[in-house]
Amino acid sequence: MINSRFFNRSELIGFVSLLLLLVVILPLALDIFRLNLVAKYLTYSFVAIGLVLCWGYGGILSLGQGVFFGLGGYCMAMFLKLEASSVANTKIQSTPGIPDFMDWNQLTALPFFWKPFQSFPFALAAIILVPAIFAFIIGAAMFKRRVGGVYFAIITQAIAAIMTILIVGQQGYTGGINGITDLRTLHGWDIRTDHAKYILYFVEVFFLFAAIMVAQFIRLTKLGRILVAMREQEDRVRFSGYSVANFKIFAFCAAAVFAAVGGALFTLEVGFMSPSFVGIVPSIEMVIYTAVGGRLSIFGAVYGSLLVNFAKTSLSETFPQLWLFGLGALFIAVVLAFPNGLAGIWGDYVQPRIDRLLASRTKKSGNGGLVADGAPAE
Amino acid sequence: MLIGHQPKEFLLAVEALTVSFDGFKAVNDLSFYVEENEIRVIIGPNGAGKTTVLDLICGKTKATSGSIQFRGKELTKLRENEIVKAGVGRKFQTPSVFEDLSVFENLEISFPRGRTVFGSLAFKRDAVVKDRVEEVAEMIFLKDRLTTSAAELSHGQKQWLEIGMLLIQNPDLLMLDEPVAGMSVSERAKTAELLNRIIKDRSVLVIEHDMKFVEDIAHKVTVLHQGQILSEGTMDKVKNDPKVVEVYLGH
Repeated sequence: MINSRFFNRSELIGFVSLLLLLVVILPLALDIFRLNLVAKYLTYSFVAIGLVLCWGYGGILSLGQGVFFGLGGYCMAMFLKLEASSVANTKIQSTPGIPDFMDWNQLTALPFFWKPFQSFPFALAAIILVPAIFAFIIGAAMFKRRVGGVYFAIITQAIAAIMTILIVGQQGYTGGINGITDLRTLHGWDIRTDHAKYILYFVEVFFLFAAIMVAQFIRLTKLGRILVAMREQEDRVRFSGYSVANFKIFAFCAAAVFAAVGGALFTLEVGFMSPSFVGIVPSIEMVIYTAVGGRLSIFGAVYGSLLVNFAKTSLSETFPQLWLFGLGALFIAVVLAFPNGLAGIWGDYVQPRIDRLLASRTKKSGNGGLVADGAPAE
Repeated sequence: MLIGHQPKEFLLAVEALTVSFDGFKAVNDLSFYVEENEIRVIIGPNGAGKTTVLDLICGKTKATSGSIQFRGKELTKLRENEIVKAGVGRKFQTPSVFEDLSVFENLEISFPRGRTVFGSLAFKRDAVVKDRVEEVAEMIFLKDRLTTSAAELSHGQKQWLEIGMLLIQNPDLLMLDEPVAGMSVSERAKTAELLNRIIKDRSVLVIEHDMKFVEDIAHKVTVLHQGQILSEGTMDKVKNDPKVVEVYLGH
């Protein structure tokens, strides 16, 4: 049973409606091709949830979340690629048993940093630890020196650019601009079939709700309030006895881990990983999903990722040239008119009406039996 | 100026403190001593370096040379949050409270427990915290505003809230930068009453321009001018010092 204090009423509505939408409505309404697209969109909502904590609450704008999305995705892709590159599958290569792109680039042995990725537990640990450690290094280097705000955003953007150039340039080790493709099985289980895609979708939804719970937990602890306090009066937090840098590093690392989990799931759902999900443009798009959904709302972030990506797919199918202008216009409109995004619109306009409606109904019927009886058992 | 090296007897001993910004010495070879349970007021014309002195003590600005000893600890080598842990609390000139949080949450953040990242994740709002927050809220006249968001408080109430946030830290040295600036007459009287109540068991260092208020609370007054001490002593002595009248009070 969900503790009533863990979610307030509007969060409970968000939780239940999201659960219904993702577990019941979308799987019943969509064919597997469209459902797989939803799965792809949802991987971005992990990034958006991380940005809610880091940017919405902590005030730390990162324009480089694609880096962490990519790190998580590549860690997963490396494992899957090695499994797909068994000697039997690659016997036509001049060096059988290594990934195809390495063979094309005249590599004759597996590079040392690829070797541990033959182990699935190692790959899973790496999905979390590699981005967390990388974020820790960036965060420590920046926040201990009191680099923040716009400067931090620009540096993260530069890191996203560097990362893309590095991946593209080192194609013998990374698969270059094409990325790591032709992923087939996970422990012998074919991830390309429709059946597998259904299962992966529900696995992802499970992880998404786990991520929502973790983010909500962090938000409700004193650490969550310190993030808000830091965003407003950094010095006051410092002179209340806190090391502001450490809290910023934590928020940035947490956002990195959320993004990395999304990236790893992306690799599973979509079947490949490439530098086009790492660079500046995807990183900024991730910030837009968060802004549209509402940067202070965990549920808003999920809805934001879904809606913007739906719009992107349908608009770019019909008007490929116009899409980017549309995205830019959407971002400007949200920032100017609705700084708290969809969640802000909900909170300012829809929620008060529901409250009024409930209040008048409750008065008439004389009891509060209407409230939150739809809370699901966990 | 006091001469001699007797750090043991003083809570705070500032000696030969100098800070220069691009060659301009905002504080120049400054030495002064604050005793236990003393209320010291620093006055002086604009640009005398008053706020800079507080910035130096609390670690916001790093000293170019000189030393600040607090209970035998050298503060110039510590980081801001370590200085807070050593027992120095600082209130800023403009009220800096967390407007998106409630009065309760503002006070709770200052409660000296769970100040590390993982400590704050594990922090529990237990009876000790609640009682202490309510106790302090009563002292700062905000007991019935605990659930109000700090943004909705008046200017004077925000100043009190920030003083309350310092009280809950229970510092041995409380530094206040113009605590009554912008307050109404009745708020001033209440603030003086508040300060007189909270100075028990601690020392207070106050910057203030309001002479009436200074006379009400000061044990000892230090007059700063161009980063140096112009005069120091009781209010009566300082008021009648011709140098002080010339540069500050006369105008």
